Amino acid sequence: MIERRSYARRVLEVELPVLLIVLFALGPYAWMILTSLKPQVELSAWPLNYWPRQATLQHYNDLIARTSFASSLGNSLIIAIGASLLGLGVSIPAAYAFSRFRFRGRQMLLTGFLVINMFPVVLLIIPLFLMMRRLGLIDSFLGVILGHSTFAIPFAIWMLTSYFNAIPKDLDEAATIDGASRLQTIRLIILPLVMPGVATAGIYIFITSWNEYLFAMMLSGQAVRTVTVALQLFIGEFTIQWGLLTAGGTLIALPVTFLFLLVQRRLVGGLTAGAVKS
Amino acid sequence: MPFWFLLPAILITAGVVLVPVAQTAWLSLQDYLLYDPDNARFVGLGNFARIARDEVFWISLSQSFVWITGVVGLQFLLGLVAALLLNQSFWWRGLARSLVIIPWALPSVIIGLMWTWMYDFNLGIINDIALRLGLIAAPIAWLARPDTALYAIMLALIWQGFPFFAVTILAGLQTVPAELYEAAEIDGATARQQLFYVTLPAIADVIATALLLRTIWVANSLDVILVMTGGGPGYATHTLPLYAFLRASSSMEFGYGAALALILTAMLLAVVVLYVRRAARGIET
Repeated sequence: MIERRSYARRVLEVELPVLLIVLFALGPYAWMILTSLKPQVELSAWPLNYWPRQATLQHYNDLIARTSFASSLGNSLIIAIGASLLGLGVSIPAAYAFSRFRFRGRQMLLTGFLVINMFPVVLLIIPLFLMMRRLGLIDSFLGVILGHSTFAIPFAIWMLTSYFNAIPKDLDEAATIDGASRLQTIRLIILPLVMPGVATAGIYIFITSWNEYLFAMMLSGQAVRTVTVALQLFIGEFTIQWGLLTAGGTLIALPVTFLFLLVQRRLVGGLTAGAVKS
Repeated sequence: MPFWFLLPAILITAGVVLVPVAQTAWLSLQDYLLYDPDNARFVGLGNFARIARDEVFWISLSQSFVWITGVVGLQFLLGLVAALLLNQSFWWRGLARSLVIIPWALPSVIIGLMWTWMYDFNLGIINDIALRLGLIAAPIAWLARPDTALYAIMLALIWQGFPFFAVTILAGLQTVPAELYEAAEIDGATARQQLFYVTLPAIADVIATALLLRTIWVANSLDVILVMTGGGPGYATHTLPLYAFLRASSSMEFGYGAALALILTAMLLAVVVLYVRRAARGIET
């Protein structure tokens, strides 16, 4: 009897509230996907029917066939991969240095990279636009990738430094004794060990770049327009085509959701490490 | 030796962050219009004097205050409740933990878009649900009314950001030693007392860091507003960063926009200093 009553209480006090929170978290997302699957007649039906009666991929078909959305998907992919590679390329050595060397100004520099994460976007966006225009990098892949590096690199350094710190320094010393040079030690011993961290940081940069809107809007034109900018442009037209918009939104959001779920455990660990430690 | 490892990161960061920030400071002292850059005049603190007399600035500032306190406060409360619940044991806990953080992964443009669709006057699900529940008698144009627009957008941002608090606090909860609760139980503490005298003090540091970080992000965020209302109707959803952005991008007044951006940064500096002090303690460990 007692067993059963406490189980009922548990359901009422824990599982039911959790279910409500999960529904709140997923509701808008699910609603977007459901909308994208409804034929036009059902979209404008009132009262609303929540579940599509005749699910269709028509809006996806229209989006790919009749708009330039597909090329925006390609642009976003190139930019996000480019930003990840550039970000990792400069952050890995920097994080290694912060973790393994003791030098003057180390603390200040590391704090500096942390502070940069917190600068308002509006502070940077105007001069970045002017600078890219002067360099002829407006509407180029490099321009947008550099724009996305503003926050990606400081964050990746911060995250990777804690991954490097987690690897015992005895390993470096052992390798040195065995006659390995510093670069050999990094390549053969340290890098394979921080690979999970590198992957997490890379995916995090990828997601951030893929999702980014303001820099992409200011720095890209027709040639390298990203998905987020392309989608926002649909809204500006005289009638809002919710079928196309929700289909586009689903196409943008689904892959990052999967990536995010894939790394979320380690990502959350990395992100909260600083917070929990102090 | 460390120099060569750090050089690429420092060079790029200097190029895309430090130089631009210096340039913002320089631009803020000028009357720089993008369509007429050759006639840029040095106006000293003229832009700042104009800002002080600018009614829209004061509107944006007070709305920024509502925005930050409302969004951060409710994100925190919702995140705390979610974390406390997800820390209990039940069979689908792992699944729930994964699903709850999904809003955090989504791009702002999509968030603005999906909530605009949900708030739609004719076909929005929010009006539909509120009507069915009898909460309202007729559909409401949530984003078009000056008295509801800001709060409507705030709800969208609360939805996006509460998972951050949930996972951060959850991570903190898992470091609280079980013996503390056993001891509290023996002393006859009720669940509520355990929450206020054991749990919350134990995770105070985590909460403080999350609050500081989140305050900065929320204060700076403008893309969801931009997508949902563009700052309107009138100035009803203007916040400080949005106003700075609009002055720069729509009106092309780069000098004025830069001055507004600097004021925002200066205001956030106190929060940043607090955060850096906390974080600096964590670096060496």
